[in-house]
Amino acid sequence: MALTAREFKHQAEVALHDVNLQRALAKAKGGFVAKRRAAVAALPEFEEIRTAARAIKNHTLANLDAYLEQFERKVEESGGKVHWARTPEEACETIQGLIGSEPRQVLKGKSMVSEEIDLNHALEQHGHTMVETDLGEYIIQLAHERPSHIIAPAVHKTREQITDLFHTEHPKYGLTQPVTEVGAIVDEARQVLRTKFLNSEFGITGANFLIAETGSTVIVTNEGNGDLSQILPRVHIVTASIEKVVPTLDDMSTLLRLLGRSATGQEITSYTTLSTGPRRADDRDGPEEFHVVLLDNGRSTMLGNEFRDMLRCIRCGACLNHCPVYGAIGGHAYGWVYPGPMGSVLTPLMIGLENAADLPHACTLNGRCQEVCPMSIPLPDMLRALRFKEHERRITSARSRGALRAWAYLARRPRLYQAVTGLAMRVLRQLARGRGRFRSLPLAAGWTGSRDLPAPQGKTFQAQWRRR
Amino acid sequence: MSEEKKNVALFVTCLVDLFRPNVGFAAVRLLEKAGCRVSVPAAQTCCGQPAYNSGDRKTTADIARQVIRTFADYDYVVAPSGSCLGMLKEHYPRLFPDDSAWGPRAADLAERCYELTSFLVEVCGCMDIATSLPASATYHDSCSGLRELGIKQQPRSLLGQVEGLQLSEMEDTEVCCGFGGTFCVKYPQISERMVSDKVDNIIASGADMVLGGDLGCLLNISGRLKRQGSKVRAYHVAEVLAGMTDLPAIGEADGE
Repeated sequence: MALTAREFKHQAEVALHDVNLQRALAKAKGGFVAKRRAAVAALPEFEEIRTAARAIKNHTLANLDAYLEQFERKVEESGGKVHWARTPEEACETIQGLIGSEPRQVLKGKSMVSEEIDLNHALEQHGHTMVETDLGEYIIQLAHERPSHIIAPAVHKTREQITDLFHTEHPKYGLTQPVTEVGAIVDEARQVLRTKFLNSEFGITGANFLIAETGSTVIVTNEGNGDLSQILPRVHIVTASIEKVVPTLDDMSTLLRLLGRSATGQEITSYTTLSTGPRRADDRDGPEEFHVVLLDNGRSTMLGNEFRDMLRCIRCGACLNHCPVYGAIGGHAYGWVYPGPMGSVLTPLMIGLENAADLPHACTLNGRCQEVCPMSIPLPDMLRALRFKEHERRITSARSRGALRAWAYLARRPRLYQAVTGLAMRVLRQLARGRGRFRSLPLAAGWTGSRDLPAPQGKTFQAQWRRR
Repeated sequence: MSEEKKNVALFVTCLVDLFRPNVGFAAVRLLEKAGCRVSVPAAQTCCGQPAYNSGDRKTTADIARQVIRTFADYDYVVAPSGSCLGMLKEHYPRLFPDDSAWGPRAADLAERCYELTSFLVEVCGCMDIATSLPASATYHDSCSGLRELGIKQQPRSLLGQVEGLQLSEMEDTEVCCGFGGTFCVKYPQISERMVSDKVDNIIASGADMVLGGDLGCLLNISGRLKRQGSKVRAYHVAEVLAGMTDLPAIGEADGE
């Protein structure tokens, strides 16, 4: 995965001027928010479930080693195999080892962990052909892009762009007419994918949950592609991160009640599919081999530090959908796999704070993400915790540190502060020359580039109060 | 109202002190009207959010100790800002987790401090606003006040008492205006988009006035309104409640 989080500021500016992106974002934003609101309103016990879900995750995280071992035991009892991967490289090598050196066609259901480990790239280097089967993932694979949203990977594209893309890419399958309606677009993708489903020996999916008591992996989808990707091939490989485990099926049910509602406003997604081991003797279908690749990639470190709460995340995307910054710039500007509030916490932890120094700051700390997070993750506090780290490690710019020092010097000396600010406000008032505001002001371009600066009234409150 | 007057210290907030003293005087008038004895401790500067949200925990703690000391001897501490008050109430106690001296003092301050409109409604009870303003207004919910302090109905119920004032809610009133302290100058283009969306909603509400409880948001919103040439005027909610809207709106000149 190309890492461009260092270019956040520039990418955000480009995104703000991208007409198609802005059209797509405007369309998506209202939909997600309204649908979630309606779904939550229709479930009076939503808050109770939220509290219960949080407790389930906290309990699981406090006993993560035990539940992971139980999960592994159960997978093996059902005839599958668990592979542990500390790093993205280890995960990719493991999967490459399972597929072998002969070039293969590999089906893929949607998996953000596979994005995190940059799996497609790794396998393509070994000559394998990757087939994304989720419609959104399929679209962006054709466009040589990456997901801009964790549950709606192609949300940045307009329908017109998809029509053009299919019209360019699909004639080789004999599909030469442009398709413009959503139904027709879906049908055409289905036609192209159908033969690939029938001709692939390997299928890779992600997992929304891992069930410790049964050794099952769970995916929730709306298209059914995930089921075909894991049932038809001879070998099913699941990529999942370690915090996805929950103790029991009951626990999964509790979390499921939050996931769909928070994500798309659905009470439940069209498909909730549990996979438990390979095909048994009396099963009519299913894979011959079942592998689960469990990725750590820094998560066990988070378990022991102030970012543990982040591991409660169930990847619903509600924080993205409700984030006004994400809504303005979309996901690509964030420059790595996970965008929006949850990404601004995870990305610096996974790829290094110095490589993503902007992300914790590119937030107004307005708290809407935490308000809608079904797992009540204190995202603003975590972003602030990352800011503390940046300051301690002097990753923030010298200029902003200097300004902060000068301001702090004054703020800790009330008399001096009042003398200096009192003078400054009177000067500003003079400079405004009765206009009430500034259209531009030296050293204030950051403000006046996009809005006027209201002029101060004149004497400060403190100065006037002293004379009252 | 008890005979004993409540001993209230006003935390003016730096932006009100510097840019809009009228809000401070409006707050004083409202508190006095509600039967409080109001003091304004001289040794106050800022709540420390610029340092806190820039990641400088040490400077923040220094400033917090200064604020805690300055406001130690009052029954209540009231600020015309949800953001600054949220800092005192929600965040100061977290700055001293293992500090047996300052931890309890921070918790004590947190107990005693209130944002202005919530103080008037929740502590002073039903006060008589007794003012009028023939205008239509829309109210912007500032994020910290809304989500950290639960300020939503308090300003609206008070504004409901202002004779002649029509409140018309805008779309997405709970969505951030893009101010975010230093955010608005660090990421001016993203901030511009957010405040433009906010301003669009304000204008679409049809109100001729936008009100709010935080001067930071109001400077941002009024600055954008003026840049776009809008006639919508911005006032702090305290100015309206105290009947002190005779001076030009935020960002406007005399006679505009």
